[in-house]
Amino acid sequence: MKFLQKMRDEGRAQEMGALIEQIPYARFLGIAVDRKGNELTTILPFKDSLVGNHTLPAIHGGVIGAFLEITSVVQLLFDTSCERFPKTIDISIDYLRSGRAVPTYGRALVTRQGRRVANVRAEIWQEERTKPIAAAHGHYLLTPA
Amino acid sequence: MQSDNSKLGELPPHGKAIGIELVSHGDRRCRLRLPYGEHLVGDPDTGIIHGGVITALLDNASGWAVRGDAGWTPESSMATLDLRIDYMRSAVPNMDLIADAECYKITRSVAFVRAIAHQGDKEDLVASSVASFMLATVNVPLP
Repeated sequence: MKFLQKMRDEGRAQEMGALIEQIPYARFLGIAVDRKGNELTTILPFKDSLVGNHTLPAIHGGVIGAFLEITSVVQLLFDTSCERFPKTIDISIDYLRSGRAVPTYGRALVTRQGRRVANVRAEIWQEERTKPIAAAHGHYLLTPA
Repeated sequence: MQSDNSKLGELPPHGKAIGIELVSHGDRRCRLRLPYGEHLVGDPDTGIIHGGVITALLDNASGWAVRGDAGWTPESSMATLDLRIDYMRSAVPNMDLIADAECYKITRSVAFVRAIAHQGDKEDLVASSVASFMLATVNVPLP
């Protein structure tokens, strides 16, 4: 990914907010990144186009999966110096609660980073950090810098 | 598999927002099509679609396969319990993505679905998934 290399060259590799702006689908969903020191939190503001179930209304399961995946990849880019975007090999998602019409927040943890593959866990929540609405663990293929 | 275009309007807002089309639906199966779109891109250098889009497509297809069960009524409802996706290759830019889902088992409270995403050739998959859904009726609501 050329812009990733460009940002690294400019010493801006840690500017995750600027980086995520470069991903059209993340921009389409409206995802932002908040950084406090070395802690990253992804933010998904609610909007009508995210709805999967009219009657509740609840956020679409696919959006929840995408948000977990983006949260994982952002953390992975922050923690590692990969030259290209990590490729998702597989992701397994647990849906814990329905996502309501409020902002959603996400955090991820790289549980193991090997030479070629990284294992990442992610969790997303709404009003209460201790009540996650979904969790995921996935494997990502890295291209070493 | 029966084609039922009258159901098109019932796709959830996010499905419509990314441009998913219902191709056929019924008998516990579902086929969806997703035309390529610039807003779905994950890598601006290559134009390859974001993995999250495929997640959304497979989740949609899996859910609609369950809705294609003969026992499904307007009062029925469902919630995804878990979804596991394997990504086999990148989707080729500027080509439609097709999702085929099959609900292979329904119990009173759980539905099990497998699905694949491809671009026309079922021997060359983009992704495959396994999902389970909690089912509910008016009398037995979701937990």
